[in-house]
Amino acid sequence: MIGQAILVLGGLGLGFGILLSFASRKFAVVVDPKEEKILEVLPGSNCGACGFPGCQGLAEALAKGKTEATSCVAGGAEVTKKVAKILGVEIEPKTELVAFVACRAGIKQAKKKFKYRGLNNCQADALLFTGDKSCVYGCLGLGSCAKVCPFDAISITAEGLAVIDPKKCKSCQKCVKACPRNLISMVPRAQEVIIICKNRDRGKKAKEVCSIACIACRICEKACPQQAISIVDNLAVIDYQKCNQCAICVEKCPQKAIGVRS
Amino acid sequence: MKLKTFPGGVHPPQYKDLTKGKPIEDMPVPIKVIIPLQQHTGAPCEPLVKVGDEVKEGQKIGESKAFVSAPVHTSISGKVTAIEPRPHPASAKDVMAIVIEKNPESAEVSARPPMLHLGTPSLQTESWKELTPKQIKEKIRESGIVGLGGAAFPTHVKLSPAPDKKIDTVILNGVECEPYLTNDHRLMLEKTSQILEGLNIILKVLGVNRASIGIESNKQDAIKVMENAEHSYEVGGRDALHGISIEVVPLKVKYPQGAEKQLIKAILNREVPSAGLPFDVGVIVQNVGTALAIYEAVVTDKPLIERVVTVTGNGIKEPKNLRVRIGTPFSQVIEYCSGFVNGVSKVIMGGPMMGLAQYTLDVPVVKGTSGILVLKDIKEESEGPCIKCGRCVESCPMSLMPNRIGDYAETDNFDLCKEYGVFDCMECGACAYVCASRRPLIHLIKYAKSRLAAKK
Repeated sequence: MIGQAILVLGGLGLGFGILLSFASRKFAVVVDPKEEKILEVLPGSNCGACGFPGCQGLAEALAKGKTEATSCVAGGAEVTKKVAKILGVEIEPKTELVAFVACRAGIKQAKKKFKYRGLNNCQADALLFTGDKSCVYGCLGLGSCAKVCPFDAISITAEGLAVIDPKKCKSCQKCVKACPRNLISMVPRAQEVIIICKNRDRGKKAKEVCSIACIACRICEKACPQQAISIVDNLAVIDYQKCNQCAICVEKCPQKAIGVRS
Repeated sequence: MKLKTFPGGVHPPQYKDLTKGKPIEDMPVPIKVIIPLQQHTGAPCEPLVKVGDEVKEGQKIGESKAFVSAPVHTSISGKVTAIEPRPHPASAKDVMAIVIEKNPESAEVSARPPMLHLGTPSLQTESWKELTPKQIKEKIRESGIVGLGGAAFPTHVKLSPAPDKKIDTVILNGVECEPYLTNDHRLMLEKTSQILEGLNIILKVLGVNRASIGIESNKQDAIKVMENAEHSYEVGGRDALHGISIEVVPLKVKYPQGAEKQLIKAILNREVPSAGLPFDVGVIVQNVGTALAIYEAVVTDKPLIERVVTVTGNGIKEPKNLRVRIGTPFSQVIEYCSGFVNGVSKVIMGGPMMGLAQYTLDVPVVKGTSGILVLKDIKEESEGPCIKCGRCVESCPMSLMPNRIGDYAETDNFDLCKEYGVFDCMECGACAYVCASRRPLIHLIKYAKSRLAAKK
């Protein structure tokens, strides 16, 4: 009995084995060895920030020369360097960027206009009189950005504010698109002195809606020894090229709307 | 006799007794008005005045070159004190508005001065018949008339169907299916002949000789008055009615009987196709208030600077039907009705089903404000998950599946929302009203629509 079973199963195994080895040679798909190598060095989080369908898709495009070696945003300089080495190209180092939420006014500083009861989602909140926050530029704090972040870098504080951990941020920019108030912008990773407000109301109105909003008083503009700050449309803007991060503006700002990013 | 109606729908309590017996009262002219430059569906107006200008009651102060738009007029005489974005009761964003204040010395708050240069007919009552349809439409546009049922669609656009669409019937909408509201009801009782004359003007513009007046059967007095008036027209043998047949159709009391598509289905048994308009089935629907505004504009040259607003609800001390100047802040209207009772939790513009909750009383009465509803002690019920009971599907007057659309909106599957007909939804709120789990279905549907619109 046992002998028969061994014979039958062993025979079947042998038969299929021969068939499979034959088929694998006959129908083999030629894969560019570069593609495999690139896929190995990519982060593998399939965040989609490069615009290709996952890391596999990017690896294929890179191997075929359809896109540039710097395409992987999530991987940063390290991955780019490795990819360039595999592809045998030279690349210039890019300034590394990081996403930043330009609002730090919680419920204490910017009051709620009304009690919002609805979908836990900033876009839905913004449908009702532009949202429940008194400041129409500020963070709604319902976490639409946190939901799309593939790297778990965004958290919502008890005050109702989105905060991005720069250590975890891979600059995929998904949150930038998710925010209905365009509050999130990409800033150079090395830039620590930063305007933490997007309020473009005139001074009086700005103060009415938020106790720590930029009131466009121009004190920072005058104080900056590098002339790196200008007031554009009732809001202070830093020119990162000129700024040497002396932080004098941080001291001078009466509203504390300029801060040092950790 | 079995009353006509449409499939689906719900039966919310009416609460119309609060105001239905109260004649329309003229509210004193306010000393300050806020006139938003967009009070209609379509392109916003550009201001025609500057800060500091003196304006006279009825003067046109905002205009747009676009066809789908309606000019705005000042409802009081005074000085322009500001042109800036102000909160708007029906808009997600603040809207540019012209603020006009009366001169303090000439401020007569107590008495309502007669509209001297507006009320007197510039035409003999009958002589509008000599105007061509084009001239009438021009007059309607110049007077800034929009649909007064709530959607505020410019009336001259509605009266200009594409030439290939053959219109055979006009429906006058006196249904007023929203609970609480009684402004159309009162107008039908008090301005019967003017409304019918307005209907005649509409018929002349469109070259149609058949009209139906749809009224819910809970307004028996209005049905009777309308029928009598219409008979007297026929008996009197007025020229305008030669060969014209007007029929009053009592309808079953059911929400949303007054929605355009449901009204057409009930009266004519015609179904407006998906993404289509009443034009497509040869019908034009006009609200009774709009018919009155058309009469006033064409016969007495009065622009749309006031409207009837039902101020009601258990949170207001004296519910009233008020004729209010456009631009009067809600706070003043509420003050005139002796203010709030204790424990008010919500102020809604419109009725309880489709109305919009307001966060500030600084918003003005606009052309689309049919009511101000003040509710107290609203229980905050928490929502639960969908239990698939199917009540929303049963109640949907458009035969949609609100449960599915809601689920897909919640999980950001907007393409599936579209597939399930989210754009056919008119946001009547019947589904959310019957939902056993208190799911915010209209919120979800509006959210899906906005996300789909943003994608385009």
